[in-house]
Amino acid sequence: MKVLVPVKRVVDYNVKVRVKSDGTGVDIANVKMSMNPFDEIAIEEAVRLKEKGVVTEIVAVSCGVAQAQDILRTAMAIGADRAILVETPADLDLQPLAVAKLLKALVDKEQPQLVILGKQAIDDDCNQTGQMLAALAGMPQGTFASKVEVAGDKVNVTREVDGGLETVSLSLPAVVTTDLRLNEPRYVTLPNIMKARKKPLETVKPEDLGVNVTPRIKTLKVSEPPKRGAGVKVPDVATLVNKLKTEAKVI
Amino acid sequence: MTALVIAEHDNASIKGATLNTVTAAAALGGDVHVLVAGHNAGAAAAAAAQIAGVAKVLHADSSALAESLAENVAAQVIALASGYSHLVFPATAAGKNVAPRVAALLDVAQVSDITKVVSADTFERPIYAGNAIATVQATDAVKVITVRTTGFDPAAAGGAAPVETIAAAADVGKSSFVGREVTKSDRPELTAAKIIVSGGRALGSSEKFNEVLTPLADKLGAALGASRAAVDAGYAPNDWQVGQTGKIVAPQLYIAAGISGAIQHLAGMKDSKVIVAINKDPEAPIFSVADYGLEADLFTAVPELVNAL
Repeated sequence: MKVLVPVKRVVDYNVKVRVKSDGTGVDIANVKMSMNPFDEIAIEEAVRLKEKGVVTEIVAVSCGVAQAQDILRTAMAIGADRAILVETPADLDLQPLAVAKLLKALVDKEQPQLVILGKQAIDDDCNQTGQMLAALAGMPQGTFASKVEVAGDKVNVTREVDGGLETVSLSLPAVVTTDLRLNEPRYVTLPNIMKARKKPLETVKPEDLGVNVTPRIKTLKVSEPPKRGAGVKVPDVATLVNKLKTEAKVI
Repeated sequence: MTALVIAEHDNASIKGATLNTVTAAAALGGDVHVLVAGHNAGAAAAAAAQIAGVAKVLHADSSALAESLAENVAAQVIALASGYSHLVFPATAAGKNVAPRVAALLDVAQVSDITKVVSADTFERPIYAGNAIATVQATDAVKVITVRTTGFDPAAAGGAAPVETIAAAADVGKSSFVGREVTKSDRPELTAAKIIVSGGRALGSSEKFNEVLTPLADKLGAALGASRAAVDAGYAPNDWQVGQTGKIVAPQLYIAAGISGAIQHLAGMKDSKVIVAINKDPEAPIFSVADYGLEADLFTAVPELVNAL
């Protein structure tokens, strides 16, 4: 079966972003960009399903600026067979609902049996796109997956929920979103990076897919979070206990 | 203008996160209704009716709603949506699962994890692991929102809202519940605890994690938490993870033992009232957010702390 894996180009998870002084957003000029960590887990899972013989083709998709090609090449170096970039203008605030609609259009065209996404992107921290795609495509969803098992025309997904784990059985085609513990993504090797350069990468525009990507949410302002007051270092446990009792009054 | 809060419950009782969500919904300025969608959940509906500030409880009962499958709960909410200006969910695993499905079916955007209501259409929410706060305005007619529970106080008891039984939506039939593995714990729930004792990779093993931190948690009546490193190494269960991708907590006292303080961990706990860091590395970033820092080996400092309490 065919698997579609949407991936997002985001500020690298190790970078501490800075809020722009004019309050219009965060400064991402000249900042290291990478594939969203949850999306790496999604690609890895698709590749593992292919290695098990369950999956025959993996299509990686990204929606965003032209530079998102880089992470599609990374996805192909991990093991995706081909890639589609839905290229949007650099000044567009592309939001989850619009991405879900773009992906729905690609699902209609590609007819995958499974779509695997990351559970959230580490920039907007929305945790919406997978669920929205499932809704638009009329598919069941297995969010926050820590285990995925395809069994005939169903997929069993073990989900990380508050208080433990829960397993659901979904009819294919279905949408799965990955949690951290689903797998450990492999490193890309130089030969595979070279091979990925030769794999096909198709570019389309939102208009080609007939999707309106106008943002529905306006960002009025972006500000620094409130700073915590400077703390103190205490020399020993006795002082710590004393301060917690008398100064902070929390115990 | 009326807001519908989608209650999180286990059919027998209302979960704490629902109370914080009601407070956020009340801040929108209109009436607040609560939906209890479940199976044999009369007790939960009755409990919801007692939350102060709730004008009406809608109770849908069906075996299809028993396990809160996203497909079926979303269908239930959609059946009611036309009467509401706001659909409000707690930003818990359950709320995050269903809310975007509802939003997409209504063709509206969703505002995730709000920490403040500025007005009925404008909200604050953290982005980039809490390193920036965005003020956003939703332009759609119906606002679908998830509420970061630590951003709002829990609603009090003392209400007496009528409970109205409503027709349950049909089973969508695309998913089914297989089973559940609940982590057993007699400690306070992590997201609701007043005190949290959290451990990191420095604990070294699952045995040490329990041996060192359990007595301290017992002494303080605290919940136990963990960093991602500790969870990934198998020292603590997944649902103890505090951080951007785990639980977001804001207790009165957060004790971080052997946690370096990566951005992703800080995102989950930096709104705690008092933060104590115990770490032997003086350069550990956790000291930059700690109110009280103790530069010491946790294997000697934590037992000493237990004795001193």
